[in-house]
Amino acid sequence: MSEEYAFLGSAEAREALSAQVADVRARPARIAVLFPAAARSVARGPGPSGDPDGVAGPTLEDLVRVELLTALAGALAPAELAREVGDLYRHGDAGERRAVLRGLDVLDTGREELAAVARELLADAVRTNDTRLVAAASASGTTALLDAHSWRQGVLKCLFTGVPLGSVAGIPDRADAELARMCADHALERAVAGRPVPDDVRLVLRHFPEQAARLGTHRTEA
Amino acid sequence: MRIFDPHIHMTSRTTDDYEALYGAGVRALVEPSFWLGQPRTGVSSFRDYFDGLVGWERFRAERFGIRHHCAIALNPKEANDPRLTEVLDILPRYLAKDGVVAVGEVGFDSRTAEEEKAFRHQLELAKEFGLPVLVHTPHRDKAEGTRRTLQLVAESGIPAERVLVDHLNEATVAMVHESGCTLGFSIYPDTKMSPERMVRVLSEWGPERMVVNSAADWGRSDPLATLRTGEAMLAAGFTGRDVERVLWDNPVEFYGRSGRLLLDEVSGADRTATYSGNSVLRGERANGGAA
Repeated sequence: MSEEYAFLGSAEAREALSAQVADVRARPARIAVLFPAAARSVARGPGPSGDPDGVAGPTLEDLVRVELLTALAGALAPAELAREVGDLYRHGDAGERRAVLRGLDVLDTGREELAAVARELLADAVRTNDTRLVAAASASGTTALLDAHSWRQGVLKCLFTGVPLGSVAGIPDRADAELARMCADHALERAVAGRPVPDDVRLVLRHFPEQAARLGTHRTEA
Repeated sequence: MRIFDPHIHMTSRTTDDYEALYGAGVRALVEPSFWLGQPRTGVSSFRDYFDGLVGWERFRAERFGIRHHCAIALNPKEANDPRLTEVLDILPRYLAKDGVVAVGEVGFDSRTAEEEKAFRHQLELAKEFGLPVLVHTPHRDKAEGTRRTLQLVAESGIPAERVLVDHLNEATVAMVHESGCTLGFSIYPDTKMSPERMVRVLSEWGPERMVVNSAADWGRSDPLATLRTGEAMLAAGFTGRDVERVLWDNPVEFYGRSGRLLLDEVSGADRTATYSGNSVLRGERANGGAA
């Protein structure tokens, strides 16, 4: 048995995925119906993170679908690939959308068509209040394509909806004074309202002592 | 009484209805796609509708302890609208999804060439995706429409037991019974069948392959028509076993052929849960966020 798809527990599931990957390579349009059915036809459940909702990390069905996306990326030219990735997302339910977001990193975003679709889908995901989508988008390396303002807004959305900042791509390296100010403002607003301040603000504020100091007596301890 | 409503349009109903359905014993249902009471103007309206059937409505039903499944199709009436022909092109993406247990409602409204073309196309899709088919029979010229329906089903090569022919009455029951298809009866307050007429049909034809639905929608209809039929059956001397067969076993057997039915109890039926960050409660969430 090959080492491929070791994240799948059963030989039956590995064989099913292997057949579907071959199908997508031979006939890329098949992904339109294989992708939605992937959880049912291959595997579903918590992935390595143990989180069944896929906030803390990809679920099994996410990993299966990312393999299908990888096969697609090898089979289509950039413009066609960009169109199909957009279609999979727009026609997808929340689980399918989360998988597309988890799979954005397999796209060659050096190509402008693919960079454009990645930016569009990241923006859409971060506009929702769905923690599965917000988390998957924020964890993607393709957030490097976002301008500073959009990226900061994504980080703030994570704080707001309870997505752990520890899995957000760009934390702490990309954090800047403006993000630190936004995090401190958010923490102060919560403290004034008598509501708990998310511990995760520390992940940003500990690099910006002047903003952390604004919290004063409200400051949260590690 | 445990009830599976094989045809009910919950998108058009309220949370009071969900509570009443649960109270009546309804634990699972199928919501077929149909028209809205007024014409849609474009393909994207269908996409939003289908997205709701596999998404928000499914989630909403579970908050009330009911397993929601759906049937996806371009309905007969709107198959006549040239603006909507491309709906046929997006169907495969939906027919592949979990929670979609049939192609439907398909069939005839006015028996036009456009309706027949869409009907044939969707019968082929049902074969391709291994899904059962829910067929609507017309309000006008029902017997002739049903006869033509059975011809198309036979020509398609789909096994009869994978086809449910719905909205039947005394005039159409014999031909559908003979075809081997599953027989569906919509129990309505004014039109279609009443519980008492249904009991007479069951007395004559027996409970095999018979399913009963409320077809409740935005029109005057009764989501508890299935329960009322069960009660009328018991009053007429049918056994509890017969009632269970018509109201649960038969629809489960039919839609079970999709391999996609979920019938385990909804655990907890947590109404504070969220779908895409939004809950069925208004105002504050338990965790303090906005619903």
